[in-house]
Amino acid sequence: MNDIWEALLKAVSLVLTLDTDLLEIVGLSLQLSLTAVGISLLIGLPLAALLALTKFPGRKILIVATNVFMGLPPVVVGLIVYVILSRSGPLGVLGLLFTPTAMVIAQVILVIPIVTAISRQVLEDYHQEYDELLTSLGVSKMRRISALLWDARFALTTAGLAGFGRAASEVGAVMIVGGNIDHLTRVMTTAIALESRKGDLVMALALGIVLITLALGINLAAYLITETAKRRYAA
Amino acid sequence: MSFSTKSIMPLTLENISYLAGHKKLLKNISCQFEAGNRYVILGPNGAGKSLLLRMCHGLIQPSEGQVRWHDTSRKDAAKYQAMVSQRTVMLRRSAYGNIDFALKARNIHKSARPDIIDRVIKRTGLGRVINEPARVLSLGEQQRLAIARAWALSPQVLFLDEPTASLDPPATHAIEELIQEISAEGTTVIMTSHDLGQSKRLATDAIFMFRGHLKEMAPAEQFFTQPTNDLAQAFINGELIWWQRRPDSDQAQATCTTLETEK
Repeated sequence: MNDIWEALLKAVSLVLTLDTDLLEIVGLSLQLSLTAVGISLLIGLPLAALLALTKFPGRKILIVATNVFMGLPPVVVGLIVYVILSRSGPLGVLGLLFTPTAMVIAQVILVIPIVTAISRQVLEDYHQEYDELLTSLGVSKMRRISALLWDARFALTTAGLAGFGRAASEVGAVMIVGGNIDHLTRVMTTAIALESRKGDLVMALALGIVLITLALGINLAAYLITETAKRRYAA
Repeated sequence: MSFSTKSIMPLTLENISYLAGHKKLLKNISCQFEAGNRYVILGPNGAGKSLLLRMCHGLIQPSEGQVRWHDTSRKDAAKYQAMVSQRTVMLRRSAYGNIDFALKARNIHKSARPDIIDRVIKRTGLGRVINEPARVLSLGEQQRLAIARAWALSPQVLFLDEPTASLDPPATHAIEELIQEISAEGTTVIMTSHDLGQSKRLATDAIFMFRGHLKEMAPAEQFFTQPTNDLAQAFINGELIWWQRRPDSDQAQATCTTLETEK
């Protein structure tokens, strides 16, 4: 028990003294996850708007698909991306396996369904409320979409945060496609898995503290954004 | 407020019906709305008042028959209309932003918008709350803002669906005054109401609907003193008419008197 306390204290001091190894891992984690969320928003938001505002054959199936894909097991996504990017795979020539790019690809696949499903629901609700007004005013389709995205910006930020939470805390997929290579593809979750298996609890706990703080921070931010939106816009 | 020279009035409904599933909610309605009048569509709940209004405005399409504007396609005519609905829908923006958005939607140039907004804000007495988020305003203020937003568009025709349904007497009075002012500028007003007193105060012409039928359309004075339809008569006398007739005995053809108002 004393050992654990000792490790925990050391971990806290690692965090407080901004240990370089720790910072490198945390930095890479944030960089990859933010990139993945950015790309997912670029793909997911237009897709969500399309699903929320237009009717086309196959729309229902796509909606069900995004909802189902929210629950994709990360390990399986990792495996699929691994197979595709491996030397003998269809995209093997790109040589992306065990690179940060491969990790972003896996995270994007995991985050897009979350961002799309949440945003679609939000946009659909807003559109239902605004539809008659926008029709009465003769608002064009493009302007309709931009107006909805703008008015729903707070709710959509929450969707982005949910996606970021998924990307930052996921371990299975990035472990398989990234390989957990020191100084190259080692991120918080994979480092925790490795260090705890090695018995180096100090580093594992230090990273754990950062990750938990991050996760709590994201939820707090989501809560504050929603509250601010409610207070300011009765959204 | 300036109007373009082109007039989209009169508005003519030619034998329109509206089906929702197998239920016919509007039944063979024909009538004509002339420019500059204030029409109040009256009738009990479920008579089809709102449906008729929304169909005139183009929010829903008739299952049968035609909605025709003078010398204008429905699409073009839409640019000269505005509507205030029963439950106001406010964008998640400031009061100013809501009016600005409406003007932008009608392609009013950015440089022309502030003056227009300033004018309608003053006339609706919303100066104090202009920068407040629209959705936190009181119901009465939101309704005035909805009218300001519609007014800013300088519509030739303004549709109002129960504009005072959930307001207290002072707020109702404020809205009625605004409607009078807008009408005085030459805008045709077509509104629904189940408030008899309000209808008497506002209408130049009354339309009485019952179970999807247009039962009577007449100049207000004539309608409120000597309605020809017996249901309209009962309605004006404040009787609970919807209990008195069975649907199957209610097949009389909709009537529509020609309108000659002394305006």
